[in-house]
Parts: sequence; structure tokens; C-alpha cells
Amino acid sequence: MSESILNVKNLQVEFKSGSIITRAVNGVSFALNKNENIGIVGESGSGKSVTATSILRLIPSSSAKITGGEIILNGRDLLKLSNREMRKVRGNEISMIFQDPSTSLNPVFTVGNQLIETIRAHKKLTKKEAKQRAIELLELVGIPAPEKRINMYPHEFSGGMRQRVMIAIALACDPKILIADEPTTALDVTVQAQILNLMKDLQEKLDMSIIMITHDLGVVWEMCDQILVMYAGRVVESAKVEDLYHNPLHPYTWGLLESQITESQDSHAPLASIPGSPPDLSYEIKGCPFVDRCPYAQDICHNEAPKLIEPTEGHAVACHFQTETEKLERRENAYINGDTIRS
Amino acid sequence: MPTSMETLLEVKNLKKHFPVSSSIPFKKSNQSVKAVDGVNFNVYSGETLGVVGESGCGKSTMARLINQLIKPTDGVVTFKNKNLVEMDAEMLRSTRKKIQMVFQDPYASLDPRLKVGQLIAEPLVIHKVETKESRRKRVEELLEIVGLNKRFADRYPHEFSGGQRQRINIARALALNPELIICDEPVSALDVSVQAQVINLLKQLQDQFQLTYIFISHDLNVVRYMCDRIAVMYLGKIVEIGTYEEIYSNPQHPYTKALFSAIPKKNPFEQKERIILKGTVPSPLNPPSGCHFHERCPVAMDICKAKAPKAITTENTHQASCHLVH
Ligand SMILES: Nc1ncnc2c1ncn2[C@@H]1O[C@H](COP(=O)(O)OP(=O)(O)OP(=O)(O)O)[C@@H](O)[C@H]1O
Ligand SMILES: Nc1ncnc2c1ncn2[C@@H]1O[C@H](COP(=O)(O)OP(=O)(O)OP(=O)(O)O)[C@@H](O)[C@H]1O
Ligand code: SF4
Ligand SMILES: [Mg+2]
Ligand SMILES: [Mg+2]
Repeated sequence: MSESILNVKNLQVEFKSGSIITRAVNGVSFALNKNENIGIVGESGSGKSVTATSILRLIPSSSAKITGGEIILNGRDLLKLSNREMRKVRGNEISMIFQDPSTSLNPVFTVGNQLIETIRAHKKLTKKEAKQRAIELLELVGIPAPEKRINMYPHEFSGGMRQRVMIAIALACDPKILIADEPTTALDVTVQAQILNLMKDLQEKLDMSIIMITHDLGVVWEMCDQILVMYAGRVVESAKVEDLYHNPLHPYTWGLLESQITESQDSHAPLASIPGSPPDLSYEIKGCPFVDRCPYAQDICHNEAPKLIEPTEGHAVACHFQTETEKLERRENAYINGDTIRS
Repeated sequence: MPTSMETLLEVKNLKKHFPVSSSIPFKKSNQSVKAVDGVNFNVYSGETLGVVGESGCGKSTMARLINQLIKPTDGVVTFKNKNLVEMDAEMLRSTRKKIQMVFQDPYASLDPRLKVGQLIAEPLVIHKVETKESRRKRVEELLEIVGLNKRFADRYPHEFSGGQRQRINIARALALNPELIICDEPVSALDVSVQAQVINLLKQLQDQFQLTYIFISHDLNVVRYMCDRIAVMYLGKIVEIGTYEEIYSNPQHPYTKALFSAIPKKNPFEQKERIILKGTVPSPLNPPSGCHFHERCPVAMDICKAKAPKAITTENTHQASCHLVH
């Protein structure tokens, strides 16, 4: 059994706006193992970013609140740390690449300034040493002529280069855990391949684990050992990537796998998709959150929330129907083009 | 592939050089960003031409040039045998009804102060088509065509999800019965399952109304599914063009090879040989000499630095611009 370095247990996060309460994260649990990567996938609005930012306690304190759960890092519950202790964790032990790059680079400071600032906030270095380190980091993430580039402003960089700068900032203090929220979504495939390669290299050099949030399953196959499928603020399935690919158990996961366009997709057949939209998280959900869109829903699904169970070791799912025959029968006629379903 | 090879649009030597403001006051700068730098291709009636290429290579600029949203520095855009570049304003207005665009960001492209019905009717109003009553009917019809409830006409865009907004954008683009729709990254901002719905819709509309598409995207799997032919752009130029099969099974240009090798894995077991490109896209301010790709090209030769390669036809419709192609 591999050793886990981060344990999220039953995390609950709510947003409050007037009298409306949105349960953005509703009982999420997972463990990140040493030297392993975990991929988080799921529909837009399913709580991936909120989960990630909650780990660093960076959710907007005016409207959002962590209402339950534990986040255990090296035996300490991060939710119980003082703000000062938490600041030490950020950057030193865990750092994050945010989904929206415009929020993380300040347009009025040079790239070098921002890097040096981050380095000096965490390490006792002179200005000169920090600058040297900043240049090294830019070089590490593949920015050409870093001595010159360090004096430039973010708008003078292309999208792909800005993304690398953010990776350099996130790596400035050799974190043990890197949380990357859609780090390559805005990039084209050649730059994406470059950046994923870079992250793999650095992972080996720095002995780091990655939590990778993405909507591209290709990125998960490329980078991750474990995968977590989220829906409506909950984990509906989690497994080793190979197990999930060969034997996906949750009807939402089936839909997700089928909706991905692959090289073998017949271009004359319509694409499979999941009709409908996810539930409004400001209402209480009594049964299964996927019930309105699930082709197999039965009475029980409307009335009782399925628990996360582990039918085989290491592979968990939250769906009422999990015996082999039930599953096969139901999957046969899944979604539009059932013939493309992997066996 | 369309049955007839009737040319709907012809683009010849199209260029757009954006002037760069000089850092010295009152001194005119003679530098320019060569965003599109001599592009040639045809689009046939009823087909979908995909356009792929690295960020900043000039895809969106090319789209805006075709639609004459911006004026080219040089070149010819012929739509149904008429040159749009030299048309007078009146003539251009009526021809442009037939060319519509759908943009990437479904959030930014709809005015939040207008109701959905007003947004969809806007092109009809601008072009003074139909009466007020018949416009309302047309709006309802368009909403149904794109799979939205006609009651949505009285609601505001912020009440809709990304996929629904992209449907509203598509309804708007359809309002004037266009023949050519230029889709600039129409599904990039959407969730996978929503993306599939919008792509299905675009395909279905193409059959229903015999539409021709130019489809810009950075997702090569989406492009393969949608397109009959693809054009690969690099730094303001088309470096390779052909049917998807021609290019996919037999890529000629080293950039195209790197591009296809970069598609993410299709399963956790696939072993991929990647061609990882060095460096980043060079600046269109100072494009490299000779072949624009030579600094990053894994197989560059001396001649590549000195001389720009010409487009060579390798088979049927397949063309590539590289000194290694004969
Ligand atoms: N600042 C906020 N105020 C109110 N609600 C919020 C806020 N941020 C997120 N939410 C809500 O929390 C839920 C989860 O959002 P989150 O950003 O985690 O989704 P996500 O899975 O990251 O989606 P995406 O794939 O679109 O990035 C959503 O329902 C969203 O509406
Ligand atoms: N109005 C403008 N003035 C100056 N330069 C411009 C202008 N519009 C675009 N450019 C430049 O022209 C080049 C091509 O830009 P364009 O937006 O066409 O690229 P693109 O291929 O669509 O990229 P992306 O995939 O990122 O959308 C870029 O270097 C861009 O900075
Ligand atoms: S619990 Fe019922 S509704 Fe939910 S996924 Fe399983 S079968 Fe579908
Ligand atoms: Mg997110
Ligand atoms: Mg663009």
C-alpha cells in the first residue's frame, strides 16, 4: 500500500448569497499518495475548483465557508491551523496553479518581480540570490533568454509563456504537492505537450505529487495514477486510471467517456452526449444527484442517496446498481451509440 | 465531402500587417505584425474546412479578413465569384448577410442588456429584413431550430449555461440564411458533454440548410470529426492543406507531424512517441527568415534559413510548403 501524504475527509463547502445557500462541495473524500498524481474530472460547476482552493483555504471568506471535514497533511488538520501557520503551508508544502491566469499574475509588476517576491516570502535569500533563483526557474520551465525576459511584463508574454511563468511561481519553493487547475486548457496541443512533459520532469526531480484538474481525459491518461469523478459537489467514482478506463461503474462516467471524441469516432454518427443539465445545488438533493439525466434511474434513485461503496478494492462508486448483471444489462443500451462502448 | 466541387470562397495572397506604434514620439514606425502573411485556399460549397495551428498564428485574423470585419493589407477574397475586397459598401452589406460568424466565448459575445429574442432578431433589424411581427415568428422558429424553447426569447443571456448561449449565438448566425459560417473555436469553452451537443447541432444544421463551414479549433479530434479538409497554419501562413485522411495518414510538413504527435493519449496504456518542439512561437513582428518554422524544425537544412518554401502538391488535394517535400 502506498503512503498517503494528503487526506481529504468528508469536505463540505457552502456559498451563501442572501438567503440562498449553494452546497458546492458535499462530502468529498480522497487520498493523495506520495509520488503519485490524482486527476479530478467532472462537469463544469461540479466543485473541482472549490475543492482545490479549499485545500489551501483560499475560498472567498465573505461568501464561502468550509462547513465540515478534515484536510490532513503530515498528521495535521489544515482546517485547524492558524492563518499564520496556513501561510507557511502555501507555497512551501502545497502550491497551486489557478484556473484563471489573469487572477494570478499582476499586470503592473514585471514577471521577475513577482517571482522574486514569492521566493523571498518563503526563503531567506538576498535579493540577488532570489533573482538568480528566479532566472533558474524560468529556464527550468523553458522560457528562452530568461535574463532578459525577467524584466518584462505579463502582457509581453504569449498565453503559453504566461502559463509557464505561473508554473515557475508555483514551483518556486519546491512544494511537495502541486495543485494544477486546468493548467493547459487554454493552450494548443503542442504547447500542452511541452508543459505536461515539463511537469513530469520536474516531478521526478523534485519528488512531488500532483492534483490535476482537467476536462480532458487524455491529460489524465497521460499524467495520473488515480482519478476522481465529481458530480454535483460529490465524488461519484474513484479508481486507478486503468481500472476506470476498463471498467467504469457510474452512469455519469459512462456518459463522460462516451462524450469524448476520439480518433476512432465515426464522423457520420452523431456524438454521444448526456442530455439535460446538473441539478441546482441550492436545493436539497434527496436521491441520487444524477437521477434526472440517468437512463437507468429507478424509484429508489429518486428517494435515497446512493452511498459511495467499494465493490472491488480501490474502486469506489456511488450508484444503487452494482451487481454484474445489472450493470451489463443497463450499459448495453447506454447513450446514443451503444456500439462504441468499450468492453 | 461535397459531391460537387463548386468553389464558394477563394482566398488569394491574403495579408494583414498590423502597424506597430513606435516607442519614439512622432516617429513613424516601419515595423508591423505580420498576422496573416500570404494565404491561399479555396472553400467548396457544402464542405467543412478546418483551420488548426498554434496560438497566435493568425487564425482569428484570417476569419475576420474573410468576413471583411477588417480590411486586408493585400490580397483577394472572392465569394461566389465576386471580390469582397473591392466591393462598395452597399454591395458588401448585402453580400455579407451570406457570411456569418460564431465566436469562441459564449459569455462575452452576447450583449447582457438585450433579451435573447432581441439578440437573435438583431441581424434582421440591421438588414431591415421582415416586419416586426414576422421577425418574432422567425425568432421563435430559429430558437426551435437550435433546440431551445421558444419561451426563452423573453429571457436574458445570463440566465443560460455556456452550451445554451452558444446555441443562441448559432441561432443569431442563422437568422439571415447564410451560406458560409465561420466558427472560431465554437466549442473550446464548453464542457465535454455540452461540446458534443453543440457539435451535433452544427452537423445537423449543415445537412438541413446545406451550409459551408470554416471551423477553427485547437482540438484535433474535434476537427477530424467535423471537417472534410484541414488547413494547418504556422505564423501567418498555411503550411499544409488537404483532406483529413491525407494529412492524418501522411503528414508532410514537420510542424504538422509535431502537431499530430501532440494529441493526448486515447487510453492509459498507449505509448506515444512525441515530437516535442523547442522554444515558443516566434514573434510575427520579426518572423524568422526563409521558412518561418526553421528555428524550431527538428529536420531543418541550410536552405530553410535562406529561402521560403513554395506550396507543393503531393497527391490530389494535398499540398505542403517545405523544402523536404517534392
Ligand atoms: N464565488 C462564488 N460564489 C457563488 N458560488 C460559487 C462561487 N464559486 C463557485 N461557486 C459555485 O460552486 C459550484 C462549484 O464551482 P467550481 O468552480 O468548483 O466548479 P468546477 O467543477 O471547477 O467547474 P469548471 O469545470 O467550470 O471550472 C458551482 O455551482 C458554482 O456556481
Ligand atoms: N489588432 C491587432 N493589432 C496588432 N496585432 C494584432 C491585432 N490582432 C491580432 N494581432 C496579432 O496577430 C497575431 C495573430 O493573432 P490571431 O488572434 O489571429 O491568432 P490566432 O491564431 O487566432 O490565435 P489563438 O489560437 O490564440 O486565438 C498575434 O501575434 C496577435 O498578437
Ligand atoms: S443511483 Fe440511480 S440515478 Fe443515480 S446513477 Fe445510479 S442508477 Fe442512475
Ligand atoms: Mg474550475
Ligand atoms: Mg483566435
